[in-house]
Amino acid sequence: MDNGTIITIRDLTKIYPMGRTSIRALNKVTLTFAKGEFTGLVGPSGSGKTTLLNIIGSLDVPTEGSAEVLTQNVGQLSHRQAAALRNQHIGFIFQSFNLLPVYTAYENIEFPLLLLKMGAAERKQAVLDALEWVGLADRAKSRPSQLSGGQSQRVAIARAVVKRPTIVLADEPTANLDAENSHMILDTMESLNRSLGTTFIFATHDEKVIRHIRRRIMLVDGAVTKDEKAGPPVKPAGRAT
Amino acid sequence: MTIFKLAVRNMLGAGLKTWLNAIVLSFSFVAIIWAQSLFKGMDQEAFRSQTDIAFGGGQYWAAGYDPLDPFTIQDAPRPVTGKLLELAAAGRAAPVLIVQGTIYPNGQIQSVLLKGIDPAQKILTLPTRLLMPQDHEIPALIGTRTATSSGLKKGDAITVRWRDVHGMFDAADVVVAGIFETTVQTVDAGQIWLPLEELRRMAGAPGQATLVTVEKGFTPSVSEAGWVYKNIDFLMRDIRDFIQAKTIGMSIFYVLLMALAMLAIFNTQVLSIWRRRREIGTMIALGMTRSRVIGLFTLEGSMLSLLAVLVGAVYGVPFLASFAVHGWKLSPGQADQIGLALGNTLYPEYSVGLVIGTAILVFAVTTVVSFLPTRRIAKLKPTDAIKGKFT
Repeated sequence: MDNGTIITIRDLTKIYPMGRTSIRALNKVTLTFAKGEFTGLVGPSGSGKTTLLNIIGSLDVPTEGSAEVLTQNVGQLSHRQAAALRNQHIGFIFQSFNLLPVYTAYENIEFPLLLLKMGAAERKQAVLDALEWVGLADRAKSRPSQLSGGQSQRVAIARAVVKRPTIVLADEPTANLDAENSHMILDTMESLNRSLGTTFIFATHDEKVIRHIRRRIMLVDGAVTKDEKAGPPVKPAGRAT
Repeated sequence: MTIFKLAVRNMLGAGLKTWLNAIVLSFSFVAIIWAQSLFKGMDQEAFRSQTDIAFGGGQYWAAGYDPLDPFTIQDAPRPVTGKLLELAAAGRAAPVLIVQGTIYPNGQIQSVLLKGIDPAQKILTLPTRLLMPQDHEIPALIGTRTATSSGLKKGDAITVRWRDVHGMFDAADVVVAGIFETTVQTVDAGQIWLPLEELRRMAGAPGQATLVTVEKGFTPSVSEAGWVYKNIDFLMRDIRDFIQAKTIGMSIFYVLLMALAMLAIFNTQVLSIWRRRREIGTMIALGMTRSRVIGLFTLEGSMLSLLAVLVGAVYGVPFLASFAVHGWKLSPGQADQIGLALGNTLYPEYSVGLVIGTAILVFAVTTVVSFLPTRRIAKLKPTDAIKGKFT
């Protein structure tokens, strides 16, 4: 990887078969992402943002071209290898939070650490820290049904960053939130990006998010039409408190 | 360990649904134990009654004797000699002479088996002491079934006709000295017990017997010419086959119960996978392998069976214990209708093997039933599952 590049996408095409026809969700996309970026994939619905995010997150595979994430070619990974990549290096934040409904906030955040087989004491400290980062230390025992939308998304953020992943992929993270909560969430993510040096990649068409991101990649009909850098990637500055 | 922890969390988190499934499954668990123990109890009681009253520790049959073939009865009796005679003399065996006869109660003709037995014998629990000779009458002992069918009462005299060993018809009056009650129909229905020596004299068969019942725990060490030893397993074979047939019949009942419980679990799993597809997608996105997700769902299902065992124990132990004490009371005559030597109350027979075996069965079947629907998870596209779609 040159210049801190952690994701390299070359001529990436994704085609979904739809009965007798097919849909080209991504068309020869070529991009690179460096460590510490706070980047947005911007574009209207159906432009291929989520598809690109899913391929970077090794949840999907390219039809043509390649996506190399942390030196691993996503298209050539087995289910097990893809799961390991996600487990160790990638955090996900979803539009509808996707919290595990029968778990408390604490247990939701703890989940990725259980998969990593982290020791109990270390795990507990990491979860408490993550709750602290997102300002929900007092809601540790609440279930998702007892949390507001903003609180749920903050739990999802804590779950995504608790294992200190290299990359966090956020798919429309503010779509279900009001303006106040959206700003709070974005501030939290920006703060984590600055303090932990975590690379954040958003898929969004929300203006509020677009104002926060430092690199804007415009996607239209599965192709990159614009790639604007608003500022240099942030260097890690220590742990958030 | 992680999977186990997550499975416990999921089960506890599912709350009432988990308990409802466990309760339904526990019904099957308790019902299987109840039904099995009841048949085992019937088997034990039939065995006890038959050995106490009819079979002792086994029987020597005169060669050619076949209780299912009436034509062999006339010719079967043979002299009791050698070792058998010694056993009888020592009170360790009871020779029985069987002769076909006829009685005429209330002006009607009725075929009977006349059975001669030593009044002093202690091998069978029949009240044969009542056959001790009194005055010049021939004492007879009958069971309640024979008494009912012939209308005889204690003290009644009845004419008995028979054919002696030479084929000559003869007749005599006997007096009912006692009426005994027994669960074993084969020593009662259509039978009249007489003193052995009296019947030998009547039939012209001195020193002869049709069969010799030996004491319990007897080990046949020598073979007697003209006699064939039939052990308890052989003598009980028909009864055991009968119980087995009943058990198989009853098995259909608990297979149905199990099937219902399994259907509930299968349904729950299918619904659960459908309802939790977003959860499954999220787990996969967070780094869980599909095989671990399948393992998690299967484990949740199997843990239901463990919970069912615990739930079943809560109400099953007092229920089964009370059943063991009070038994299942049969209405008068119902025991005879079942066709086994049973008392008027059936008592179950529990064993550790039965409980553990049933628990293993329920666990194994539940695990398989839980696993089957989870195979869909392997076909689930995580990108769709995250959004709550099924592909």
